[in-house]
Amino acid sequence: MDFPILTVMMLVPLAGAIACLFAGEGSRLIALLSTLATFALGVLLWINFDNDGAQWQFTERYELVAGFNYALGIDGIALMLIMLSVFLMPICILASWEAIQKRVGEYMAAFLFMEVLMIGTFAAQDIFLFYIMFEAGLIPMYLIIGVWGGDNRIYASYKFFLYTLLGSVLMLVAMFWMVATAGTSDIPTLMQYNFPVGAQTWLWLAFFASFAVKVPMWPFHTWLPDAHVQAPTAGSVILAGVLLKLGGYGFIRFSLPMFPVASAEFAWLVFALSMVAVVYTSLVALVQADMKKLIAYSSVAHMAIVTVGLFAFNVQGLEGAIIIMLSHGLVSGALFLCVGVIYDRLHTREIDRYGGLSINMPYYAVFFLLFTMASIGLPGTSGFVGEFLSLAGIYQVSTWVALVCTTGIILGAAYMLYLYRRVAFGAQKNEDAAAMGDITAREWAMMAPIAAVVMWMGVYPESFLAPMREDIKALDARLVLAAPESDSQLVVGAPKESAANAVAAPEGYEGEGAH
Amino acid sequence: MSPILIIVFAPLIAAIIAGFGNRALGNTGAKVVTTGALFLSAILSWPIFIAFLTGDAIAEVVPVLKWVQSGEMTFDWELRVDALTAVMLVVINTVSALVHLYSWGYMEEDPDQPRFFAYLSLFTFAMLMLVTADNLVQMFFGWEGVGLASYLLIGFWFKKPSAGAAAIKAFVVNRVGDLGFMLGIFGTYLVFKTTSIPEILDAAPAMSGATIGFLGMRLQTMDVLCILLFIGAMGKSAQLGLHTWLPDAMEGPTPVSALIHAATMVTAGVFMLCRLSPMFETAPTALMVVTVTGGATCFFAATIGTTQWDIKRVIAYSTCSQLGYMFFAAGVGAYGVAMFHLFTHAFFKALLFLGAGSVIHAMHHEQDMRYYGGLRKHIPITFWAMMAGTLAITGLGVYHLGVGFAGFWSKDAILEVAFARGTGLSVTAFWLGVTAALLTSFYSWRLMFLTFWGKPRWIESEHIQHSVHKTPEEAGEDTTGGYHPHESPLTMLVPLGLLTVGAVLAGQVFAPSFLDDAAFWDGSVFYNANLIAAMHAVPYWVKYSALIVMILGFAGAYLAYIAKPDIPAKFVGTFGWLHNFVFRKWYFDELYDRIFVKPAFWFGRQFWKLGDIGTIDRFGPNGIAAVVQRGSVAAKSIQSGYLYTYALIMLLGLIAAVTYVLL
Repeated sequence: MDFPILTVMMLVPLAGAIACLFAGEGSRLIALLSTLATFALGVLLWINFDNDGAQWQFTERYELVAGFNYALGIDGIALMLIMLSVFLMPICILASWEAIQKRVGEYMAAFLFMEVLMIGTFAAQDIFLFYIMFEAGLIPMYLIIGVWGGDNRIYASYKFFLYTLLGSVLMLVAMFWMVATAGTSDIPTLMQYNFPVGAQTWLWLAFFASFAVKVPMWPFHTWLPDAHVQAPTAGSVILAGVLLKLGGYGFIRFSLPMFPVASAEFAWLVFALSMVAVVYTSLVALVQADMKKLIAYSSVAHMAIVTVGLFAFNVQGLEGAIIIMLSHGLVSGALFLCVGVIYDRLHTREIDRYGGLSINMPYYAVFFLLFTMASIGLPGTSGFVGEFLSLAGIYQVSTWVALVCTTGIILGAAYMLYLYRRVAFGAQKNEDAAAMGDITAREWAMMAPIAAVVMWMGVYPESFLAPMREDIKALDARLVLAAPESDSQLVVGAPKESAANAVAAPEGYEGEGAH
Repeated sequence: MSPILIIVFAPLIAAIIAGFGNRALGNTGAKVVTTGALFLSAILSWPIFIAFLTGDAIAEVVPVLKWVQSGEMTFDWELRVDALTAVMLVVINTVSALVHLYSWGYMEEDPDQPRFFAYLSLFTFAMLMLVTADNLVQMFFGWEGVGLASYLLIGFWFKKPSAGAAAIKAFVVNRVGDLGFMLGIFGTYLVFKTTSIPEILDAAPAMSGATIGFLGMRLQTMDVLCILLFIGAMGKSAQLGLHTWLPDAMEGPTPVSALIHAATMVTAGVFMLCRLSPMFETAPTALMVVTVTGGATCFFAATIGTTQWDIKRVIAYSTCSQLGYMFFAAGVGAYGVAMFHLFTHAFFKALLFLGAGSVIHAMHHEQDMRYYGGLRKHIPITFWAMMAGTLAITGLGVYHLGVGFAGFWSKDAILEVAFARGTGLSVTAFWLGVTAALLTSFYSWRLMFLTFWGKPRWIESEHIQHSVHKTPEEAGEDTTGGYHPHESPLTMLVPLGLLTVGAVLAGQVFAPSFLDDAAFWDGSVFYNANLIAAMHAVPYWVKYSALIVMILGFAGAYLAYIAKPDIPAKFVGTFGWLHNFVFRKWYFDELYDRIFVKPAFWFGRQFWKLGDIGTIDRFGPNGIAAVVQRGSVAAKSIQSGYLYTYALIMLLGLIAAVTYVLL
């Protein structure tokens, strides 16, 4: 296709962002329309994506300065993540419609600008272009937390900054070395390039420093609860929905294909940190009194299942990990919206201030329940498909890791249902909470589309698996040589001669056994 | 269109209509839609079952929709119909339809009826998906779906704190079992490269000698897989260790207890074992575990049943105990017998629960049997229905006459087959089963005597006091307090009547097919013809053991609750420690609270305060900030200028990059 759709998808929100800066109150509508237009382009992009076609589609390439290119192009994995971003964006604008009253124009511009950079990150085919988009995408997020955030926003954004800085510097150094060695900054070429085994180790660690913070993996996660708590609702939605996916995407796009040997060598490290994360952060989530903190900690636990899936080195693990990324983007985003809905009414995130909301907000309770169930991986929702495939993948590598990570389904049920019980069940103990009205038409418009996609992904995930099937197969083929050995090691011996409960026929019995 | 599609999806559609239509549809609309759908499903199910009985049907699989394809792992939505499914179809749909109808009366005054009926229908759909599954993952879908519906229905009266707590407990304890189920599926896929049940069952015998690594140990492959799957079954079927949620689940409305926590959902574990029976037959150690668990549960739960005062809790422990019977029947290889008990149990246990509901309805929501008494004359239809249920569960029947209530046919068959299997373990299970039968008879008759015989003790009940506006002192001699229990409406009595027919006849009519007809099962469960022959050949004392203990239990209950009512108090006085131990349910809840619940919260707090805040933050970001500030490197810039710093570093990096490339 000659139409540069990816560039246009970035130009539309960019134009919107510039317009918003000058539009003041009118910027809400401008932002909504431009995100919707971008989403429409996204749908067009998906429709025109050929599942069986070339690995990289919609490619655009312009030489800028020697060696540094404006190169775009997507595979199925990038397509899905772009769809996630452009789908969530209009919902974020709606979520901010009334909640944001000061400096609306700048706020909307920050969001739109972030959309540009997110699309750019997923579509970039030049490693330096990726780097710019990847790092710059966080600047609007700092602003959103730092300017429109809660009381303790400075500390939160400072923490966010500190964690990210260290990782990205190391990653940048590694990128220089790679480009110099391979002689190209083209990502698809680098993905096929065999770096020397010795170098892979430190390259992997340099990238890991950046991605582990973004995911975030334990113990680099403590910026996340603070950032979420201080961010406005829509900020949390994008943070959980898309920004956390950058780390996982980084592993898929860089660490695994470019340093397969080192990835296998360090798989134990990823497993160990992820196992700790599942148990540790789930238990921490259990004792939270702040709704947003609880969901933030649950995100760390869920993302740990993503990382074990990615480093399972098989198709189920990889596909499962990506489906969890998509699912978690939708579900935790929706859960933050659910928090936002009641926060807008009562201005507190403290769980104990609510209770019995099923009575006065029945439709809200239904949506909240659906997203709660999706979060704990109930089959039929998106959460299950991802979790199941990812854990099935890791079981083929290590039964220990599978066992520990699968305890997440118990702990997840415990903290989410405990949250739901305190918010939606029980008696209406606070008058102001009991007086809150059910969700409005605007809130319906935010929740219903996410709910529909969550169910769709749960019942018929083929729509989401098909575009990336070939890409995963290619990645798996590259990884298979380095794949770690399974601890199951089936040994087939001589089968037993009879069934476990075989008995001799009683005397005088003329049944089948007598023949 | 295949009738199975209608059978399975009609309840789902009804649930969606009733749930989302809710107020627009109104109470009557929601009730008509859901109950209508369920009667439709029930009516369509019986011809399928009868066709399998007469041998006119063959097993089929109806594809619905693609689900997941990931590498070599594929599983789809599809509906399997064979003899085993057909049995479950009639059980589920019949009981569900009757429970829907019963709820018209029972839930009459509830303000939230559409939601209730939507949940009931949703449950039925999930249960049908479970029993029609052709692959393990769809079975897991149904498994979790019924768990969701159970959660919602236990918590239906969500304003009560106890209901919310019970709902969470049910879900989380079940998830412990699900952990085993999921690992079992993963392991099965690893070994067989498929999740398709027929393919697994075909390939299982060839793997019976295989070994596999699991958690660093090298174990028999099939034993590992089957034990993992069985852990799932233990959770859903409330077997010893994972049973603690079931009694608490009685917080839900009584029709729910009848449908979900007696007749259908809790039997899913037994169904799973039977569905996978050829696989379990390759795993001797796993079957021993099943037998031990089943035998222990049937005894353990029956002991608790003898001490409880809440009428629903007695029946709940009874259910737990009866499920134990089904498991050890499966453990000794008599899957058809286990399914037969599942089948008869569904009728008489649903009957007992609905009967209890009718009593509760008559007694103004009082559930404590200490405040019942003398109700025989006041609610005679309920009384006779409960009587039929009691005779069925205690297994009244005489071998030489060839007549008996439903439980006689199925429970006696289980005891006989356990004895006939002839291993030390199976004979132990037999003795545990006989002892449990004695206790079953005792607690069942205790329930009947306390409820329907003796003098009314109604005025002691707070519920009755509220109703008649009197205190026991004001009522004086008249222990009824002037309260008039009234028989339930027709919508409740009709289901009682139909289930009574089942409780009386289900054993007599279907025993030949379920127990002796290998052609009926047609390979849908592992059929062990020699074992069944041995079952029929056991000595007469074995065949009569159940009847003997039933009479002993009856006599004991009569003595303690009718003839000499001071005996229970004396017993408690003498053996206080024993009574406490049993009455407090063997202290399982206290134990679990101490070793799981409290530590989980404690660790959570420690990880948070000492781990995240005390260590990671202290030495991480906060530590760095402190160092930077102490070095007085433009402390202010960290507060306000970090953004620019950051942008600057990035910019410098890029300039360096470009320069590097250019050079």
